[in-house]
Amino acid sequence: MEITRDLKNHKVQLSENAIALVKKICRRFNYEEGELINILHAVQSQFGYLPAEIQELIAKELDISVAKVYGVVTFYSFFTMKPKGKYPISLCMGTACYVRGAENILNEIKRQLNIDEGETTPDGLFSLSSLRCVGACGLAPVLMVGEKVYGRVAQADVRKIISEYKAGCPTHPSKE
Amino acid sequence: MKMVTLTIDNKTVEVPKGTTVLEAAAKVGVEIPTLCHMKLDNLEIENKPGGCRVCLVEIQGRKNLAPSCVTEATDGMVIKSSSIRVINTRRTIVELILSDHPAECLTCAKSGNCDLQSLAIKMGIRELHFSGEKSVHREDKSPAIIRDMDKCIMCRRCETMCNEVQTVGVLSAINRGFNSVVSPAFEQDLQDSACTYCGQCVAVCPVGALTERDQTGAVIRALSNPDKTVVVQTAPAVRAALGEEFGQEAGTLVTGKMAAALRRLGFNYVFDTDFAADLTIMEEGTELLDRLTRHLNGDSTVKLPILTSCCPAWVKFIEHNFPSLLDVPSTAKSPQQMFGAVAKNYFAEKLNVDRKKLVVVSIMPCVAKKYERGRDEFAVDGNSDVDFVLTTRELSHLIKLANIDFNTLPDEEFDQPMGMSTGASVIFGTTGGVIEAAVRTAYELYTKKPLPKVEFEELRGMEGLRHATIDFAGLPLHIGIAHGLGNARKLLEEIAAGRSQYHAIEIMSCPGGCIGGGGQPFHHGKSEILKKRQQAIYQEDRKKPIRKSHENPFIYQLYEEYLGEPMSDKAHHLLHTKYFDRSTVFEQDGNASETDDKN
Repeated sequence: MEITRDLKNHKVQLSENAIALVKKICRRFNYEEGELINILHAVQSQFGYLPAEIQELIAKELDISVAKVYGVVTFYSFFTMKPKGKYPISLCMGTACYVRGAENILNEIKRQLNIDEGETTPDGLFSLSSLRCVGACGLAPVLMVGEKVYGRVAQADVRKIISEYKAGCPTHPSKE
Repeated sequence: MKMVTLTIDNKTVEVPKGTTVLEAAAKVGVEIPTLCHMKLDNLEIENKPGGCRVCLVEIQGRKNLAPSCVTEATDGMVIKSSSIRVINTRRTIVELILSDHPAECLTCAKSGNCDLQSLAIKMGIRELHFSGEKSVHREDKSPAIIRDMDKCIMCRRCETMCNEVQTVGVLSAINRGFNSVVSPAFEQDLQDSACTYCGQCVAVCPVGALTERDQTGAVIRALSNPDKTVVVQTAPAVRAALGEEFGQEAGTLVTGKMAAALRRLGFNYVFDTDFAADLTIMEEGTELLDRLTRHLNGDSTVKLPILTSCCPAWVKFIEHNFPSLLDVPSTAKSPQQMFGAVAKNYFAEKLNVDRKKLVVVSIMPCVAKKYERGRDEFAVDGNSDVDFVLTTRELSHLIKLANIDFNTLPDEEFDQPMGMSTGASVIFGTTGGVIEAAVRTAYELYTKKPLPKVEFEELRGMEGLRHATIDFAGLPLHIGIAHGLGNARKLLEEIAAGRSQYHAIEIMSCPGGCIGGGGQPFHHGKSEILKKRQQAIYQEDRKKPIRKSHENPFIYQLYEEYLGEPMSDKAHHLLHTKYFDRSTVFEQDGNASETDDKN
C-alpha cells in the first residue's frame, strides 16, 4: 500500500500516508531500539515488504544506524526486501510433491517467468517461492497462486495457468 | 573491592570480582591466545563478542570448554589453559577458520602483520584437514579503504570501532550463519555511505579484510618519471611511529632517518607538513581571535566555539551528521591541503615549473587523507594540490622495497624553505596538540606579551573528553578537546543544543589523535604504544629551538613575499575552504578513485 515503485531504479517513493504510518508504529513501540524486531514485523505486515527507504526511516526514528536495521532485516528470513508479485506463486516442495515431479514444475515456472525463487517479475505480476507441504498431498504436485490451489499439476499446465493470470485474475475477474 | 582466588595452570592468582579468566591468566604470565578479543586499556575500548572461541580453557567441573575472554573468574576455579584437550580443540578451531579463509598469505597486504597468520604459526598448523565452501564477496574499493570480505573472520572489531567508539554506524553484521559478513547498509559501497574514512576499522582488523588503498606503485612511477619534480611532505605523527616498522622501540623518533630515506628514494624536495601546520595556526589562530574579539564586542552573528578543521574524517563526520553546524569549524584547510596549495602555487612559481609537472606526495598517519586529497575543491582544472597520499605503513614498504637499510641511515635535515617548522607544529600529531599550538600563538597575539610558559600541561592527556580554561590576561578562554568521533559527537550535540560553554574545541577522529591514526604501524591492541608515541611527539617539541608557529621565519617570509597577512584575500583563496551538507547525499563526491594510476 501507498508505495510507488520506480522499477527501473529499484527505488520507492513513500507517500505521506506511508511515512505517517511507519512513524506511528515507531511511536507505538516508544522508539525503543529493543523493539526493532517488533517494529519491523508490524511495518512489514502493512507494506508486505521492507524496502530500503522504509528501513532508513525506521533507523532515523529510532536514532540507530541504518546498517543495524539492515543487519536485523537480513538476519531473519521472515523479513523481506523484495515486494511480492501481484500473484505470488508458491510451489510445494514437500516429500509427496517432490517425488511426483515438483522440481520439473519449478523449473518450468522459472523458465516461463524468467525469474528465480524469491524473485518477482519486472512487471510486478508474479513472484515465486517454494514451501514445504501445504497439507494437500493427495493432490501432489501442488501449486498455489495467492490463495488458490492447483492440484495434480503437469509441466504442460504451467503455461496455461500463467497465461490465465496474465489475462486477468481468473478468481476475481471484476478487479481487473 | 571483593576479591576472588583461582588457580590457572597450577598458579594461584587473586583478582577483583568481575575480572575475566583471560585477564586473570595474564596476571600470572599465562598468555592465552586470542583472536577476536581486543582491549585498548587507556582508551576504554573493548571488543569481546566471544565469537572466535580461540581463547577456550578447561575449567574443572565443567563439561564444556569455556571462552576465557567472556568468562568471569570465580572463587576456587581451577583452570587449565594448555591441556591436550584445549590445545587440540584450539587447533581445530583455527583450522576451521582457515578452511574459509583465502590462502593468499604471500600476496596479502597484511602478511607479516596478520593475527590469524601468527596464530596459525603459534598453533603449528602445517596442513589443513578441512575443506568446503568458501565465502565469496564483491571487493569494495573506496578512495581510502579497501574491503575484501572474503578474508573477514567475523571478529566484529571493526563494528565495535565504527559503532561504539566512532558512532559513525556504517558497518554492521548482516545476513546469518555462513553468509554473515560485516557490511554497510544494503551492501552499498563505502564510497556511497556515511563512512568518514577514519580508518579505525583498518587499524584493528586482525586480518587483511580491511586495508588502506595502496598507492606505492603510483608514487614509484612518479619518482621514475624524469619530467616530474616530486615533492614530499611528512605529517608530524609519522616520525613518532615509522621506526616501529623497522624493529625500533615504540616512541623512538626517527625524523632525521625518515628525511634521509625519502631523499634516497629520489624525492626532489623533502619537506615537512609541520611547516603547513605552522601556517594553519597562523590562519586558524587569527580566525579564533577575530571571532573572539567580535564576540566580546557584542557581535551576535559570530559563531563560537570555533572548531579545528585539520582532520578530514572529522570534517566528513560533521558534513554527514551535523549539516546545521557547518559554519562552526574554522574555514582553514588542513595542513596537508595548505601544503599542497602552497607547493602547487608559491613553490611551483619559484621553481618556474608548471603545476602539472610538480607532483606532491604526502606521508600521513591517516587513511582519510587519501580521500581528502581527492575532494573536488582541492584541485585546479582537475590537477589536485596533493597527488598521492601514502600511509606510514606504505612508506615503510617503499623503503624496504628500495633496499634502504633504514636503521643505519644518518640523520638528515628537511629541505628549505618548506621544511622549516616549530615545536608547535610537531604536537599537531597528538590529541590536545593543535589547540595547544593555537593557544601558544593566539595568547601572544591577543595579549601582546610573551608566554610565561610554553607548555600547557592542562591541555594534554589521553582522556577522550577534556576541558581546560586558559587565562588570556584576564580573559578566561574555555577550551574543549575530544578524540574519537563518539566523544566529538557529545561536544557537537552540546553546540547544536546551544549549551556549549567553550570558545574553542579541538577534535581529532582517532583515539589518541594522529599518533593512533588508521595509517600507522599496527598496535595489535597494545594501547601503551600510543602513549609512547605521544611522549615522542612532546620530546620532539622540546628539542625544537622555536616553539611557537608565529615565530617560524619562513612563515614570516611567506606572508611578506606572497600571502600578505593571515586571512588576506590571497590567504583566503589558497588556505581556506568550505564544507558541504552530505546528510542525504550518498553520491560519489568526484573522488579520483579511478585516477590513481595516472601521473
